[in-house]
Amino acid sequence: MLVDFFLHLKARQLPVSTKELLALLAALEARLVGHSVDDFHLLARTILVKDEALYDRYDRAFGEFFKGIEALPGLDALIPEDWLRLAAQRHLSEEDRAKLEKLGYEKLFEEFKKRLAEQKERHAGGSKWIGTGGTSPYGHGGYHPEGIRIGGDSAGNRTAVKVWEKREYRNLDDGVELGVRNIKVALRRLRRFARQGAETELDLDGTIAGTARNAGWLDLKLRPERHNAIKILLLLDIGGSMDDHIRACEELFSAARAEFKHLEHFYFHNCVYESVWRDNRRRHDERRSTWDLIHTYGPDYKLVFVGDAYMSPYEIARPGGSVEHWNEEPGSLWLERMTATWPRAVWLNPMPEAHWQYSPSIHMLKQLLSDRMFPLTLDGLERAMTSLSR
Amino acid sequence: MKFEGTDTYVTTRDLTLAVNAAVTLERPLLIKGEPGTGKTLLAEEVARALGMPLFQWHIKSTTKAQQGLYEYDAVSRLRDSQLGDPRVEDIAHYIVHGVLWQAFECETPAVVLIDEIDKADIEFPNDLLRELDRMEFHCYELHRTVKARHRPLIIITSNNEKELPDAFLRRCFFHYIRFPDKETMTRIVNVHFPGLKRELLKEALAVFFDLREVPGLKKKPSTSELIDWLKLLLAEDIPPEALRAKEAKDAIPPLHGALLKNEQDVHLFERLAFMARRKS
Ligand SMILES: Nc1ncnc2c1ncn2[C@@H]1O[C@H](COP(=O)(O)OP(=O)(O)O)[C@@H](O)[C@H]1O
Ligand SMILES: [Mg+2]
Repeated sequence: MLVDFFLHLKARQLPVSTKELLALLAALEARLVGHSVDDFHLLARTILVKDEALYDRYDRAFGEFFKGIEALPGLDALIPEDWLRLAAQRHLSEEDRAKLEKLGYEKLFEEFKKRLAEQKERHAGGSKWIGTGGTSPYGHGGYHPEGIRIGGDSAGNRTAVKVWEKREYRNLDDGVELGVRNIKVALRRLRRFARQGAETELDLDGTIAGTARNAGWLDLKLRPERHNAIKILLLLDIGGSMDDHIRACEELFSAARAEFKHLEHFYFHNCVYESVWRDNRRRHDERRSTWDLIHTYGPDYKLVFVGDAYMSPYEIARPGGSVEHWNEEPGSLWLERMTATWPRAVWLNPMPEAHWQYSPSIHMLKQLLSDRMFPLTLDGLERAMTSLSR
Repeated sequence: MKFEGTDTYVTTRDLTLAVNAAVTLERPLLIKGEPGTGKTLLAEEVARALGMPLFQWHIKSTTKAQQGLYEYDAVSRLRDSQLGDPRVEDIAHYIVHGVLWQAFECETPAVVLIDEIDKADIEFPNDLLRELDRMEFHCYELHRTVKARHRPLIIITSNNEKELPDAFLRRCFFHYIRFPDKETMTRIVNVHFPGLKRELLKEALAVFFDLREVPGLKKKPSTSELIDWLKLLLAEDIPPEALRAKEAKDAIPPLHGALLKNEQDVHLFERLAFMARRKS
C-alpha cells in the first residue's frame, strides 16, 4: 500500500524519490506513529515533501488516495453516527433535523458521503465545502463542516474533517502568474543566465594558504568567480496601474538583488522621460537625469524595463504627454535613445500577454523595443533572458 | 527520548512529529517559516529538552562550508615562523576546529544548529552533502579523518531567501512552521507572561492579528514583536480598554512602534488609520 501511495504522489507531480520512500518505511518500522491517519499524514509530509508550496498538492493527493478511509476498520467507529448527530444538533434547524430523523442516520451517512464526493469534484478551483443550499437536507445555505469536531477528548480530539481537507496551505501553492512563490523558480533561470558571466578571480585565502605552505614563496591561486559578472540596469514602473503588480515586481527585484553583483535600479512612472529616481519616497527631490544614466551605465550593462506599459498613447508619443509633469520631449524619443545605447534591452510586462492586444500603448512600446517585450511569467523570463544574452 | 515541547516553547503536533522523526532516523531537519516563528529557538529548546549540548553555526553571506569543518590559520603560522616560535613545527596548532568538528568529537550526542542556511552562497548546501551524509570528513593537513562519535541531530533553518538544491533537500526531513493561529499564539504568550490578564491578552491578540491583515505591509509583525509589545503594554500599565476593537479601528494602538519596525509600514498604517477616522 505504501508503494501505491508513493506512486500516487508521483502521479500527482510531487517530486518524491525512492530514497525518501525508504526513509518513510524506516519511520514506520520505528513506530514513530501509531494507527492514526492524521499522524501518518504529517509524518509522510515531513519525509516526502520538501517545499511548503507543495503542501497543498500533497494534501489533495493524500485526500484522493485515502478517500473512503472512514470505511477502514478501526477508523469508521470514530466518525459516522456521533458525528452526524453532533453536526445535526449544531447546524440544522428544528425542521431539517426532523427530516433527518425520518431518513435515518444510516441512510443519511451514505447520502452524506455521496454529497461530499460531489462537492469535492465541484470545488476543484473555487471555494470549498459550500453546500448547494436550501434544498439539501444537510443545511441551509451551505455550512462549513470543518468547524465541526467530534465532541470530547476520548477520540483523541479527532477533527471530523481531515486536516488535509482543510487545504490550509492552498495559498502557498505556485500560481499561474509569477507570484511570490514561483519567483524562486524564476530565479533559477536568472541564475543560469547570471553564471554565463563568471570569470576567474584571485583566491586570496588560497593564495595565503599556498604561500604559507610554500614557506613564504608567493603561490598565486585563482578560482572561478562565484558571483557573476553580468551587469543589470533595472528600470521599474511604479504607481498607478502598476499597483496591482507591485508585489510580484518587488519580490523579483529583491531576489534579483541577491543574484547579481552589479544591479542598478531606478524607477519611472508609466514611461521613461528625462529623469528617473532611485528612492521612491524621495522621487520629487532626488532625480537622476536619463542622460546621466546613458553615460554612466554603458553598453556593458543589460537594460531591463519592468512595467505594464498601460497608459494613454499620448504619454508615449507627445511632448507634454506625461501625467505627472511637463515633458519637453516625447517618451518615445527617450526610449529610442535608450535602445540605441542598449540595443538588446527587454521589457517585462506583468500583464497577461493575452490582454496586450487591447492596449495601444503596449503595442507602441513593444514596437519601440523591436518586439522584445515579454510577460512576467516563467516562460517570459526565460525568453527575455535568452534575448538579452544573445 | 521524545521531544514534546517544553515549558518555554510551544509546539504543535506536526512539529513534534518532525523533530522526533529526525531524532529517531538521524536525518537533518530543515525548518522553514516566517521570521519570528521560533525556528532558531527550536534548536535550543530541543537540545535543552533532550539534554544534549548545542553547537550553533550562524550563517552569513560569506560563510563557506569548510569553515564548519576546520580552517587552517596559515597567517598565524607564517607569523610564528617569522618570529621563530617553535610551535610552528606542528601544523595542528593552526587547525581551527569548526562547529561540525566540535560536534563530531563531542562525548555525547549533540544538536547542531545551522541557522539561516539560505544566507550563504548557493553552493554552500551542496558543499556539505557528503559531511552530512557520512558524518565524517578528512583533514588533509593532519592526514586524518574526523568521524562523528555519535551522529548529531542537525537542525537547519531557512528564511526562504534562496532555493536549496534538490540533492540537499532529499537528505533532509522538512517542516514548515505555519504562522501560529490565535489558539497557538495564546499558548505562546502564556509561556512568556504566565499571569497575563485574559482581557488584555484577548484585546492585544485582536489588535495584533488585525494589524497583520493590513494590506501592503513590508514586514508583518511576528511573534517576537508581539511579545515585545506586550512587555511594553505591561510596563506602561495600559488597560485592555485602550485596545478595545471598536476604538482601535480608527485609532492607532498604543505603542505600535513595537509592532511595526519598518518606517514605511508605520507611515502606511498611520495614513490608513487617519483615513478611517475621517470616514467615520
Ligand atoms: N513556539 C514558540 N514558543 C515560545 N516562544 C516563541 C515561539 N515561537 C516564537 N517565540 C518567540 O519569538 C521569538 C523569536 O523566535 P526565533 O526563534 O528567533 O524566530 P526565527 O528564528 O523563526 O526568526 C523567540 O525568542 C520567542 O520569544
Ligand atoms: Mg532565527
